[in-house]
Amino acid sequence: MADFDFNVIWSSLPFLWQGLQLSLWLTFLSIIGGIVLGTLLALARLSGILPLSLIAATYVNLIRSVPLILVIFWFFFLVPLAIGRPIGSFYSALIAFVLFEAAYYSEIMRAGIQSVKQGQVHAGQSTGLNYWQIQRYVVLPQAFRNMIPILVTQGIILFQDTSLVFVVSLRDFMTASSIVARTEGRLVEMYLFAAVVYFVICFSGSMLVRSLKSRMST
Amino acid sequence: MEYNWNWSILFEEQYLNWLISGFGWTVSVALSAWCIAIVIGALVGVGKTVPNKVIRGICATYVEIFRNVPLLVQMFIWYFAVPEMLPDDWGRWMKRDMPNPEFVTAVVALGLYTASRIAEQVRAGIETVPPGLTAAATAHGLSVGQTYRYVLLPISFRMIVPPLTSEFLTVFKNSSLALTIGLLELTAQSQQIAEYTFQGFEAFTAATVIYVCIALVATVLMQLLEKYTRIPGYVGKEG
Repeated sequence: MADFDFNVIWSSLPFLWQGLQLSLWLTFLSIIGGIVLGTLLALARLSGILPLSLIAATYVNLIRSVPLILVIFWFFFLVPLAIGRPIGSFYSALIAFVLFEAAYYSEIMRAGIQSVKQGQVHAGQSTGLNYWQIQRYVVLPQAFRNMIPILVTQGIILFQDTSLVFVVSLRDFMTASSIVARTEGRLVEMYLFAAVVYFVICFSGSMLVRSLKSRMST
Repeated sequence: MEYNWNWSILFEEQYLNWLISGFGWTVSVALSAWCIAIVIGALVGVGKTVPNKVIRGICATYVEIFRNVPLLVQMFIWYFAVPEMLPDDWGRWMKRDMPNPEFVTAVVALGLYTASRIAEQVRAGIETVPPGLTAAATAHGLSVGQTYRYVLLPISFRMIVPPLTSEFLTVFKNSSLALTIGLLELTAQSQQIAEYTFQGFEAFTAATVIYVCIALVATVLMQLLEKYTRIPGYVGKEG
């Protein structure tokens, strides 16, 4: 413990920063994609059209019962096969994350849509709005706003989940830290540093959630 | 899309054995970690609600640290960093003589991580007990310990069974992270079969089906427990 070496962290900062940028970028794109696809899944599930809601429910329950690592393996195997050529591990990972997180976001959006009072939908109908207009202008904005704290919380979980691209050696922050740890033989320093960085980011995120919640309840 | 289907690969003795052993490791890691998580999670969750400020602070810190660092990082710290940070003799023992190091590390890491999530459920459960009951207990002359023992815990533990179901499912899924420190559990075995045979579709399907079955069985078990522990008169699924 006495020979804790800060220099190895200092000298590898540019390399780690590149990794962190990849992590953040992957998180950002997956959140956007996950929320869009998740909302569509939630709408399908609540559509009242039996085949549609059945497909959506099966998809969500299937994805939610398998581990993310297995889903990542699935898509690293399937995507090149389906497209016919390799498209790079970043895009394979992105597709896996969007499809995986969409299942979780869809459950959040479903709860959000159900939190909007039925009278709002009726009011929309009686003003002559069609289904998509009601969703677009009445239901989804309210559903989204009600769910913002939980959506952010899920975003923090997603950011932590991106560390799992380690299993396919995509060079995110975790993989970068581990590369430095191994090549420099400084496992303690690098893994503790990674933990601190993740902690600071995720803890700030959860403070944000806390302040959002208290602002919304007043 | 060209692909040679060969489902019979899953029933060849070697690969079937890999799947079975992977399933065994997944279940043992998940269940052992669950035991640690329940005990520590309950203690920390209760600790977050006690009047004593110091205990409350320690328990809150525990939850924040373990919840805000990815499980993968925690796994690596337990496996690679902790033996280096301990006194030499202990570190040497962990690296050389500890039986099943991957398994033990995975169980400890997953258990302590899951404990922080269970602690939050326990705390929420205790906080949903109406304050009037605590006041009534105090008025009856019960000490803090007695209030917890006879009033708060019996009610809150029964109320948190439904939210614990999803934690129970999560612990099985999270046990797949043990593959990063070299434990050949179910996901790792399916990946290995895919690499050996180039039959990725069959291998991953097998793992997926097994995980879905685990989820179904776990859900049914937890629902039975839920039925058994439901408090009559409290709002439940069957009202």
